[in-house]
Amino acid sequence: MATDEFLAIKDVSTAFKIHGSYYKAVSDVSLDIHNDEILAIVGESGCGKSTLATTIMGLHDPAETKIDGEIDFEGQNLLSLTEDQLNDVRGAKIGMIFQDPLSALNPLKRIGEQIQESLDYHTKMTEAEKKARVLELVNQVGIPNPERVIRQFPHELSGGMRQRVVIAIAIACKPDLMIADEPTTALDVTIQAQILDLLKDIQRENHAGIILITHDLGVVAETADQVAVMYAGQVVEQGSAQQIFDNPKHPYTRSLLRSMPQRDKENDDLYVIQGSVPSLQKMPVDGCKFAPRVPWIPEAAHEEHPSMHEVEPGHQVRCTCYQSFEFQDAKVGEVEA
Amino acid sequence: MWKTILRRVLIIIPEVFVLSILVFLLAKAMPGDPFTGSINPHTSLAHIHHLMKINGLYDPWYQQYWNWLVHLFHGDLGMSYEYQEPVTRIVGERAINTLWLAVFATVLTYAIGLPVGLYAGRHQNSRGDHAIRMYTYVTYAIPFFVILVMGLWIFGYLLGWFPTTGSIGTNVGSGFPAVISRLQHIILPGILQALFGLVGIVQYLRSEVIDATHSDYVRTARSKGVPVKDVFKHHVFRNSLLPITATAGYSITGLLGGSIYTETVFSYPGMGLLFVSAINYRDYTVITALVLMYGVLSMLGTLLSDIIMAAVDPRIRIE
Amino acid sequence: MSLIEVHDLEVHYPIRSGFWNRVTDEVLAVDGVSLSIEAGETYGLVGESGSGKSTTGKSIVGLEKPTHGQVIYKGKDITKSANRQKLDYNQDVQMIFQDSLSSLNPRKRIEDIIAEPLRNFGKLSKDEEKLRVLQLLDIVGLDADALYKYPHQFSGGQRQRIGVARAVATNPKLIVADEPVSALDLSVQAQVLNFMKKIQRDFNVSYLFISHDLGVVRHMCDNIAIMHRGRIVEMGTRDDIYNHPMHIYTRRLLSAIPETSVAHREEARAKREAVEKEFQENQQRYYDKDGKVLPLLDVTSTHKVALPADEVAKLQREAD
Repeated sequence: MATDEFLAIKDVSTAFKIHGSYYKAVSDVSLDIHNDEILAIVGESGCGKSTLATTIMGLHDPAETKIDGEIDFEGQNLLSLTEDQLNDVRGAKIGMIFQDPLSALNPLKRIGEQIQESLDYHTKMTEAEKKARVLELVNQVGIPNPERVIRQFPHELSGGMRQRVVIAIAIACKPDLMIADEPTTALDVTIQAQILDLLKDIQRENHAGIILITHDLGVVAETADQVAVMYAGQVVEQGSAQQIFDNPKHPYTRSLLRSMPQRDKENDDLYVIQGSVPSLQKMPVDGCKFAPRVPWIPEAAHEEHPSMHEVEPGHQVRCTCYQSFEFQDAKVGEVEA
Repeated sequence: MWKTILRRVLIIIPEVFVLSILVFLLAKAMPGDPFTGSINPHTSLAHIHHLMKINGLYDPWYQQYWNWLVHLFHGDLGMSYEYQEPVTRIVGERAINTLWLAVFATVLTYAIGLPVGLYAGRHQNSRGDHAIRMYTYVTYAIPFFVILVMGLWIFGYLLGWFPTTGSIGTNVGSGFPAVISRLQHIILPGILQALFGLVGIVQYLRSEVIDATHSDYVRTARSKGVPVKDVFKHHVFRNSLLPITATAGYSITGLLGGSIYTETVFSYPGMGLLFVSAINYRDYTVITALVLMYGVLSMLGTLLSDIIMAAVDPRIRIE
Repeated sequence: MSLIEVHDLEVHYPIRSGFWNRVTDEVLAVDGVSLSIEAGETYGLVGESGSGKSTTGKSIVGLEKPTHGQVIYKGKDITKSANRQKLDYNQDVQMIFQDSLSSLNPRKRIEDIIAEPLRNFGKLSKDEEKLRVLQLLDIVGLDADALYKYPHQFSGGQRQRIGVARAVATNPKLIVADEPVSALDLSVQAQVLNFMKKIQRDFNVSYLFISHDLGVVRHMCDNIAIMHRGRIVEMGTRDDIYNHPMHIYTRRLLSAIPETSVAHREEARAKREAVEKEFQENQQRYYDKDGKVLPLLDVTSTHKVALPADEVAKLQREAD
């Protein structure tokens, strides 16, 4: 399955400037992505997963952000490229799919034009060839009536169809890597299943790698090969989907899975993680960032500078606190202040 | 789309009818009569009554309205009491003057306003943007007539670069010299009007550009590998300019309304000045004609804006 | 007797078109919905966007005027506003919305937001009112210092709990919750759902729980109705719907829920695709010739499904 890695994220930090000081939204993240593989980055809002995606794409304003580390992609470090060099990568070798397909499309341009724009910048096709390729793409993403649809405007399509258009844009130049940021969050559940199946099919056909960013553990379990769980800007656990779901180790991963509504436990209260995710400016700088949310674990159980520990081949957990973690059943009422 | 436009045009007809009644009644309700102020102290009351009678001022309002309407359709808006000339002729002359000024000011407003607004939005928080914002705040804070008077005083009186009154120099004859003289007379009021009028456009366009810059579709375009320069050209500017094109229709009314100040300060014989003097002299026939015209113009302006909007925005085009 | 009974509810929206902009057609947003909610239960109303589930909820609260049908509360039809007045209906039935930020007035302090329904209906003194608001905050686990803050100073989960506190303020009999946790993160969702359950236990309130999330609905609801194209395709107990789904649309929805079982994902996909194929190909069996959902028929005393009579007869025999 996993061939050689072609995207290696090494110690990447992304810090935003807020009132003159920088705060890390992503801190020291290292991840590898392989061909033919779906890596899911999962976490709740504010964990830094989307920031990581836009960091890979180089979409941050350099005046407002400070980015450290290295992102090696096909032999070059994306973080050291100039804007022009990046433009040769974006759209051509890395395609991106966004959450809300209505706002992701220009309301005033026809569908065909918007798909073709990628081809305009990355290929030397003639107009006729581009037109044919656009139709082929629209067909490939399963939109009925391609001839008609390419002349329509975004608001004339349903949400599911719009997301297919966004996917067609992302795959126009057969990128090696696709980054999908919450691609199904705005869609109905039956449409979500169809879009995820489509993404998997395209990934197999194009032998591409996919980074799937989502908060939905169900989506991850259905789709991902590899999983990275993020909390407060850090990867706290990573491994294969099987490892993460069948043998979760980090207190955060275990808590998240436990807070999902489960079959046959309808009469029990759902598990609630104490406290809340700190805001960017109040994020602890050092130590185990999850410690404040599991206050019953003794301080000594945490590492001073939490690092990743291999618990089984390919399965890593941050901080040593997982060894002494046990659920302490919180009662309703014991919640964030 | 043609259906939409046609329907929109048809709606105008009852609107104009209602407007004409309102305008007529409003004029009637104004205090005073056209003769009281401008007659000889020895004129007998009976004679005034006689004047009123032959001018139809004692008829019931609907009859007066009907007469006025019939005449209106024959292009006859009655005689101005003040000038003793047909209203159409007075208005016609003035309208041409106003049109010169309005067209000049409008072109200038958009020619400066659009690029400045786009620049300010594109380079948000740059020095240029700060300067532009400072300008717009200051200009908005000062009443328009103060700007006019100051401009007139500095450039017309102190520096003497431009004529300070009228629409054309005396004794310039006709042909090319007359055109030059007319231009000289509209440059200063036109520029001042544009400098004030572009503030709204600049502020609006700037915020449109900034909103568009942060929109998701711009992020999509950038992740397609479209260079920033082209993203602005093909996505941001295009999408931000659309709502502005629609305001072009409204600006017709805006400019004619604004010209009341400009024309008064510069004693420029256009519709605005005529309107002010007609009110001063209770020149009913002129007032009614002008208010009606302003009303119709603003309706047409709105219509034009709606049509432009429907033409450029696919979301409206579809029914 | 049920707390609330909805009889043959219809909500139509006119479509205007043509040169004269006349009403040429209607959208049947809700097209004949009947259901009844018992005291103290949670009734789930499930469907995808455009299924009419939110419109049904709004009609029950009185925010939407039905084109046809009745909502019976204490023996009177409350679609008539005179009856709503007489029965203090607006006090007895409250609503919680999905978007907690836009449904709370940003310029009002939490004290005023929660006290608002009390002021509308109650005759409390200043002190009594304050005591009640504090009590309500305590019910949803918020401190007294929340009183003087504004909505934007809270997290999404906290705001949603404020929404719950406001809804509970008048001691309602029924709370219509329209996608109350859809915008929340998983761990926050758990918290809000727990509070909703606790409030139900303590105050015996009923919920009409409107959601597209079948996992959450399974956790929360005793009885469930599945809506599609403005009608109910299937209704029954939690066990009926999740363990014995009969309508193709119900099965389609259920097969689309992602499960956290990595080992069985290919199986799940195969099953999902098989159901989808059946749904696409056998429309005429499950829907009438205009594509409308068939009338509901009883399979068991609790389970109703919109299938042809012969098929229901077969299912009835199987059930016995």
